[in-house]
Amino acid sequence: MFSPRSFASLTALAGALIIGFTSCKKEGGNANADEIVIGEVAAMTGGTATFGTSSHAGTQMAIDEINAAGGLLGKKLKLITEDDQSKQGEAGTVAKKLISREKIVALLGEVASGKSLEMGPIAQKAGVPMISPASTNPKVTEVGDYVFRICFIDPFQGTVMAKFAMSRGWKKVAILTDTKQDYSVGLAQFFKEYFAKNGGTITGEQSYGSGDKDFKAQLTAIKAGAPDAIFASGYYNETGLIAAQARELGITAPLLGGDGWDSPSLVEVAGKAIEGSFFSNHFSNEDKSPKIQDFVKRFQAKHGKTPDAMAALGYDSAMILADAIKRAGTTEGKALRDAIATTKDFDGITGKITLDEKRNANKSAVVLTIKDGKFSFVESLAP
Amino acid sequence: MKHYKSQLALIVALAVSLGVSLCSSSIDDYYLDIMLNVGINVILAVSLNLVNGHTGQFSLGHAAFMAVGAYGSSIVTLEMGAAMIRVFGGSSWFAEGLTFLIALCVGGLCAALCGWIVGVPSLRLRGDYLAIVTLGFNEIIRVVLQNTSGDGPFGGALGLKGIEPYTNFFWVFATAAIAIYTISALVNSTYGRGFLAVRDDEIAGESMGVNTVRYKVIAFVTGSFFAGLAGGLYAHLRTTISPEGFNFLKSVDVVVMVILGGMGSTVGVILAAVVLTVLNEFLRDFEQYRMIVFSLLLIVMMIVRPQGLLPATVFQRRKQA
Repeated sequence: MFSPRSFASLTALAGALIIGFTSCKKEGGNANADEIVIGEVAAMTGGTATFGTSSHAGTQMAIDEINAAGGLLGKKLKLITEDDQSKQGEAGTVAKKLISREKIVALLGEVASGKSLEMGPIAQKAGVPMISPASTNPKVTEVGDYVFRICFIDPFQGTVMAKFAMSRGWKKVAILTDTKQDYSVGLAQFFKEYFAKNGGTITGEQSYGSGDKDFKAQLTAIKAGAPDAIFASGYYNETGLIAAQARELGITAPLLGGDGWDSPSLVEVAGKAIEGSFFSNHFSNEDKSPKIQDFVKRFQAKHGKTPDAMAALGYDSAMILADAIKRAGTTEGKALRDAIATTKDFDGITGKITLDEKRNANKSAVVLTIKDGKFSFVESLAP
Repeated sequence: MKHYKSQLALIVALAVSLGVSLCSSSIDDYYLDIMLNVGINVILAVSLNLVNGHTGQFSLGHAAFMAVGAYGSSIVTLEMGAAMIRVFGGSSWFAEGLTFLIALCVGGLCAALCGWIVGVPSLRLRGDYLAIVTLGFNEIIRVVLQNTSGDGPFGGALGLKGIEPYTNFFWVFATAAIAIYTISALVNSTYGRGFLAVRDDEIAGESMGVNTVRYKVIAFVTGSFFAGLAGGLYAHLRTTISPEGFNFLKSVDVVVMVILGGMGSTVGVILAAVVLTVLNEFLRDFEQYRMIVFSLLLIVMMIVRPQGLLPATVFQRRKQA
C-alpha cells in the first residue's frame, strides 16, 4: 500500500514487460515465403458486429476463391482477421499488431468510418496499403496516400438520386434534411446542386434533427409546394415516421433517400406508407445480372445465407487487392500502393470500380424500391 | 525517512521511464502499444481507486472525466498546437514537449473542474444514488459531444482526428508514477486519514469532526484530474477520438480493475490494471469467444478471491505485526 512498494512493483512490472517484449521481438512474424499475408480488421463482436461478420464472410470467400484458383505470384494468400470488438481504441492496437507482428502486405477494413480513421495513420506510417470496404465518410481517405476505399462516398448518393429523379421525369422535388447528421446534409447538398443545375426545381427545403418524432409542420409546408417527390436523406428511424405522417397528410409523392434507409426497421415503422419510395445502395442481391446472381449462389453455398451489401463490398475489397498484387508483380508496399491507385474499370460485384486521385471509388450505385414490405432492385446507375 | 524514500522512488521511476522512452524505437510497435495501454489503464485505475477504494464512494462515470481530458487536451493541440510550438522556438522536442504538457494540464484541469461541478451537489448522496448520478453524467457528456456540430471544435459523432501522436513511454509512465505518488502520499498523510474515515464509518467520522463532504469532493476532484490526464494521453496515442469510446462500458472497465485489484489497495489495483490489459491481448486467439473467456475468468477470480488480488488489509496486517 505504501508508495515505495508501489513504485518497486510498477518498475518491476514495467521492466519484466520490456524484457519479455524486446526479447521476442525478432521471432514471430511471418517468414513463410510461400504465403502472402493479408490483414483484416473487422468488428466480429460488439455493436456493429453484423457489419463486421458480413464483410469478413465476403473477404474470406474472395481469398478462398483466389487460393482455389492457384493463388497469386505462385504463392497462397493467408488472411489474418482481428476483431476490434466495435470498440474505440482496439482497431488501432490490432492494426499495429497485424503490421508489426504478422508482417502483412496490406490491410483490409474497417466498415465503420471511425475505426478506419484510427487505422489509417498507422498504415500510412508503416507504408502498408489499406483498403476500406465500406467507410463512406469523406475524411477517411484524406489521412494519406496509402489509404483507399472501394465504396462511394456520402455526397455521391445525392447526385445519383438527383439523376434518378430526373430520369423519372420528376421536375419538382422538396428536400427534408436531418441537420444533426453530416451524412444527411451532404446528401441533400449534392442532390440540390445536380438537380438545380439540370433544370429541376426545389419546391421547398425543410429540416429536422435526429430523434424528432413529429414532422407534420415540415410536411405541411412541403405539401403546399406540390412536389413530384420528396428527398428525405436521413436515417431509417426518422424516415419511417416521415413516410407515415406524409401519407396521413395526404401527400402521395414518393420519398427518395440514401443507404441510411437500409434497415428492416424502415418497413416495420412505416408499414404501407413507404411502399413505392426509392433509395440508393451499394449492392442488391436481387440484381438480375448473371455476375451478381452467380456471386449470390456461391455465397449461399458457402455461408448458407444471402449476401448483403457489406459482404459484397468485403469481397470486392479483397479482389481489388488481389488484382493490384497481380499487376504490381510484387507485394512491396510502394509498388502495391501504386498498383491499387491505378485500379481502373475493375469489374466487381458492386459495380465497375475506378479509383480516383483522392483514392475514392468511382462506381455505380443501385436504386432500390420498397415493394410488398421488401427492398427490390430497380436499376443500376453509373456516376 | 519514509517520505524521503517515496520521493526517491518517484525520481527513480521518472528516470526509468525517460530511459526506456529513449530506446523505445527498438521495441516492437504492437508491444509498445500494449505497454502504453497498460500505463494509461494504471492511471485510470489508481485515480478511481482514490474515489471508490480509499474514500468508499461508488463512481460509475470515470470515462466521462477521461473524455473531458481527451477532448480538452486535443482541442489545445489541434487548435493552438502549431502556434504554441512557434512561440516556444520552432519544432524541437522541447517545444513539442512543452506544448503537450500544457495541453495535458488543460485537459486534466477541465476534468477536475467537471469533477468539482458534479461532485459538490452529488457527493451529498450516498451509495447507489451517487452511482446513478455519475452514470448519468457519463451519458450526458457522451450525448452532448455526439450532438455537437460536425464542423465545430468537438467534431460531432465522428469525433476528432489528426491529433499529433505525442504520447510516448515517458509521458505515460511519468504520469502514472506521479499519479501513484500523489495518491499514495495523499492517502497516507495525516490528512488522508479523513478519506479512510469516510469509507469506514461516515457517521462516526462526522461526529469526530471530519468534514466528510469536503473529503469526498477532494477525492473526486483529484481522481477526475488524473482521469483527465489519462484521457489526454489516450487521445494523443490513438490520434483520433470519438464520443462512443467514452461510454458507460469504459467506466465499467475501470471499476472492474479497482474491484479485482482490491478496493483501496494501490498495488493490487496496479496489478489488476496490468493483468486485465495484457489478458485482453493474450485472449485474442479465442477470437469471438474472447469476451466469454474474459468474463468467465472475472467470475472465477471474484469467487476465488472476493477481496481482490492484493487487498489493502494484507499490508496493514503485516505492518501491525
